[in-house]
Amino acid sequence: MDRRTSIKWMLAAAASVPSLQQLAWGATITNGTSAGIAPAKGYGTDPKLLDGHKYGELWPLTFTPKQRRIATVLSDLIIPADDISPSASAVGVVDFIDEWISAPYPQQREDRKRVVDGLAWLDHESAKRFSQPFAALDVSRQKKICDDICYVPKAKPRFVEAATFFARYRDLTAGGFYTTPVGRKDLQYVGNMPLARYDGPPLEVLKKVGLA
Amino acid sequence: MTKFDLSERTSPVPFITSAVATGETYDVIVVGSGAGGGQSAYTLTMDGARVLMLEAGRNYDPVSETAMFQTPDMAPLGGSGTPDKPFGFYDATIDGGWQVPGEPYVQTSTTEAGRFDWWRARMLGGRTNHWGRISLRNGPYDFKPYSRDGLGMDWPISYDDMAPYYDKVEMLIGVYGANDGLENTPNSPEGCLLPPPKPRVSDLLIARAGRKLGIPVIAGHRAVLTQQLDWKNSPAKLHPGNPGAQKIIADDMQRRLACFFATPCGRGCSIRANYQSTTVHLPPALATGKLDILTDAMVHEVTLGKDGRATGVGFVDRTTGKQMHVSARVVVLAASACETVRILLNSKSSQFPNGLANSSGKVGKYLMDTVGASVDGQVPLLENLPPHNEDAAGGLQMYIPWWLYQQQLAGKLGFARGYHVEFGGGRGMPSIGTAAELEWLTGGSYGAKFKQDARRYYGSFVGFAGRGEMIPNEQSYCEIDPVVKDKWGIPVLRFHWQWSPHETRQAAHMQKTFAEIIEAMGGRVHGKIESDGAKAIAPGGSIIHEVGGAIIGADPATSVTNKWCQTWDVKNLFLTDGSPFASNADKNPTLTIMANAWRVSDHILARMRQKEL
Repeated sequence: MDRRTSIKWMLAAAASVPSLQQLAWGATITNGTSAGIAPAKGYGTDPKLLDGHKYGELWPLTFTPKQRRIATVLSDLIIPADDISPSASAVGVVDFIDEWISAPYPQQREDRKRVVDGLAWLDHESAKRFSQPFAALDVSRQKKICDDICYVPKAKPRFVEAATFFARYRDLTAGGFYTTPVGRKDLQYVGNMPLARYDGPPLEVLKKVGLA
Repeated sequence: MTKFDLSERTSPVPFITSAVATGETYDVIVVGSGAGGGQSAYTLTMDGARVLMLEAGRNYDPVSETAMFQTPDMAPLGGSGTPDKPFGFYDATIDGGWQVPGEPYVQTSTTEAGRFDWWRARMLGGRTNHWGRISLRNGPYDFKPYSRDGLGMDWPISYDDMAPYYDKVEMLIGVYGANDGLENTPNSPEGCLLPPPKPRVSDLLIARAGRKLGIPVIAGHRAVLTQQLDWKNSPAKLHPGNPGAQKIIADDMQRRLACFFATPCGRGCSIRANYQSTTVHLPPALATGKLDILTDAMVHEVTLGKDGRATGVGFVDRTTGKQMHVSARVVVLAASACETVRILLNSKSSQFPNGLANSSGKVGKYLMDTVGASVDGQVPLLENLPPHNEDAAGGLQMYIPWWLYQQQLAGKLGFARGYHVEFGGGRGMPSIGTAAELEWLTGGSYGAKFKQDARRYYGSFVGFAGRGEMIPNEQSYCEIDPVVKDKWGIPVLRFHWQWSPHETRQAAHMQKTFAEIIEAMGGRVHGKIESDGAKAIAPGGSIIHEVGGAIIGADPATSVTNKWCQTWDVKNLFLTDGSPFASNADKNPTLTIMANAWRVSDHILARMRQKEL
C-alpha cells in the first residue's frame, strides 16, 4: 500500500474513500512467477477478527533458508538497531514479509515476484562484484550495492529494476516494523487508549506551530 | 393498529426463521437493515406497527464482534486492505465490497471514465456498520437544484418539509457539529447537535490557511457521541404523546456510552458511541416487541395481487436455498439504491412487464454517485512535534463546506454544483503505509538515516478529499442484464456510466484548491495536480454514495414515486433508501436517507391509521 493509499485509508475512517488498488483488483489476475504460486485461499470475507494469528497458518510461506538469510540482512540494512529501537528482523519483520509475499491476493502476488527476483539479484550482483553471496559480505560492501539501488530516480539504467525492488522492500520493511509495539513506540505514538475527554493539542504543540 | 403499549409485546425471539416468518401477519415488510431500513423499522415499530425486516446478509452483533483495540500487528498483512476486506482487516464490513462472491454484476465499460463499481455489504446493518459517520444536512438549494440553475430535477418537497426530520434524526442518533450560519449549510435548532470535538493541530493549521484564502473551515458533523444523548428531554420531542416509545428510547440512550476518543469508527463501535443501524435503530425497535428480523433472506421480487397492490416479497433463504414468500399490508424497500432497483425490475407481471412501478420507464435511471478527487501533501511545520494523542473522535473534526455559491451562480466557475472538503492528518496509529514511499522527501534514505526520517515525517502529512455533487444524466443508469444471474439464479444489474463536464471540471477545481491550501500551510504537494479533471475524478461508485434509480417527482410520467416516496403505480409500496433521491447534493446522503425514511414512515403510519393502506 502506498502512502497515497494509506492516507486514503486514514481518511476512510472519516468517509467512504475508494482505494485505487481495489479498482485495480478488478483486472485480470496474472499467474505464474519465478517462484511459482501455491494455490491458496485468502482469509475470506468473514474472517474471525478478534483472534490473533500466527505467521504461516493462513497460507503456505515462501522463503527458503537462503532467501530468508538475504531478506534478514536487507531488512536490517534498511532498519538497523539504534539508540531508540532494535533492528527490523529483531521484531519479526522477515516473518511479516514472508507472510505478505505468500498471500494469494493480487498486490501480494506482484510483490512476491518482485521480492523473490530482487533477493536473487542481490546475490547475483554480489557474486559479480565481490565473488561472495550478499549475506556474507561485510556491511560496507553490502552498502555499496544498496547505494546503487536505493533511489529509483537516480539509479543508473541497469539498476532501475533492482531499485524498484529496493523501494518496495523498504516499504514492506517499514510497514512491518512500524506496526509492531516497538515501531509504535519508536514513532512515539501514544493513542489507542480510552480517554475520559479529548482536549486537543497541548499548549507546547500549539506554541511550536505558532498557534499559541 | 394501536399506539405502542408495553403489554403488547409479541416477539420474545426477535430473530426468527423464514418458516416462522411465512406464517406470521405483518403490517409492514421492510427490505434492508441499513440507514433507510433501520430508520423505517424504528419509526414504524415505535408507533405500534408490526414489522418484519428482511436482510440479505448474516446477523451481526457489533457489541461482541467489533475489533476495538486490536493493533495492525495482530492482523494478517498488517491489517491492510485486500479484496476480501477492502477497507482493511478490522473494518466492520463482512461479506461486502465492490465484489461480493457469487453476486456478480455487469459493467458496460471498465475504463476509469465509464465504469461503475457497486459496493454492497451483506450483513445486518449494511454499510452503516463501517461508514464515515459524516452527517450533513442538505440545504434549501439542494432540494430545488433545477429551479436554481436549470439542470437536473427538483424534488417535490423542500428543505422545510425535511427539516423537522433532520432535527429528530440528529437527536436520535447523536451528531456532533456546530451552527455556522453559512449559505445552504443549515443550522440545527437548539438541542439537536452535540458539541464538536476539539480540532487536531493539522485541522487548526488548515483553518489558518483557509482564512488566508477566504475558505471557511468549520466544525465537522459526524454521528459520534461526544457526550451522552439528552435522554431527559429528547424522547418527548422524538415521540410526542407516546410514553411507551419515550421510555424505550430514554432507556436505550442511557445504555449508549460517549466516545472515549480511541479506535477508528470504521471498525464499528462496541460501546455504541457512534451511529450504526445495529447499535442505534435496531435495539429500541426490538425492545418494542413489534419487530421481527429475518437475516440471510435475499429478496428478489415484490409480489403483486390482482388488485394491483403489493402482497409481500419473494426471497431466497440463503441458509437452505429455498424460495420463500412473506406477506404484509405495506412493503417498504430500503435495500440500497441499486438493489431496490434490481428488485423492482425483477418483479415482472402482466401488469408490469418492464418491472414493477415502472410505467414511467424511469426505474434504474438517473443513477448518481459523489464526485471524488484527492490530493495529499507534507507540512514541515508538523514535523517533529512533541508526542501527543491525536486519535480524537476517529474521523474528521473539521471540514470545508462549499463556499462559492455566488460565484458559481454567476457562471464564473465552469461547473454548476459544489463540493465540500474532508481532510485529515496527524499522529494516527502507525499503519503499513506510515513510512512507505518517503523517497520524494528523503531521496531514498535507508539505515540509521531512514529511521530518523521516519520519525521526522510521521504525523506531518495532510490529505484532502473533495466530495461533490453529480448532476443526474441520461447515460448513467442500470438495468437487468439479459444473461448473467447470481448464484441463486436471480438476474443481475448491468451498469452504464458517464460523467459530464460539470463533474470533471469540479474535480479539477478540487485538486487546484487542495494544492493552494497545502501551499498556504507552507507544505509540499505530493504528486501531480491534474488540470484535466477526467484524470482526477474517482470512478463511478467508488465514493459509495450511489443514489437515484427510482426518483421522487411531481409527475408520474417522469418519476417513479410521489412526494411520499410511494410508487405512483403501486399504492402500498414505498422506497426509503437512496433510490428516490432526485439529486445528490455534495452532502453525504446517509443523514438525508434517515430523515426521509422517518418522514415517509410517519406518512405510512398516518395512512394506516386512516385505513387507507
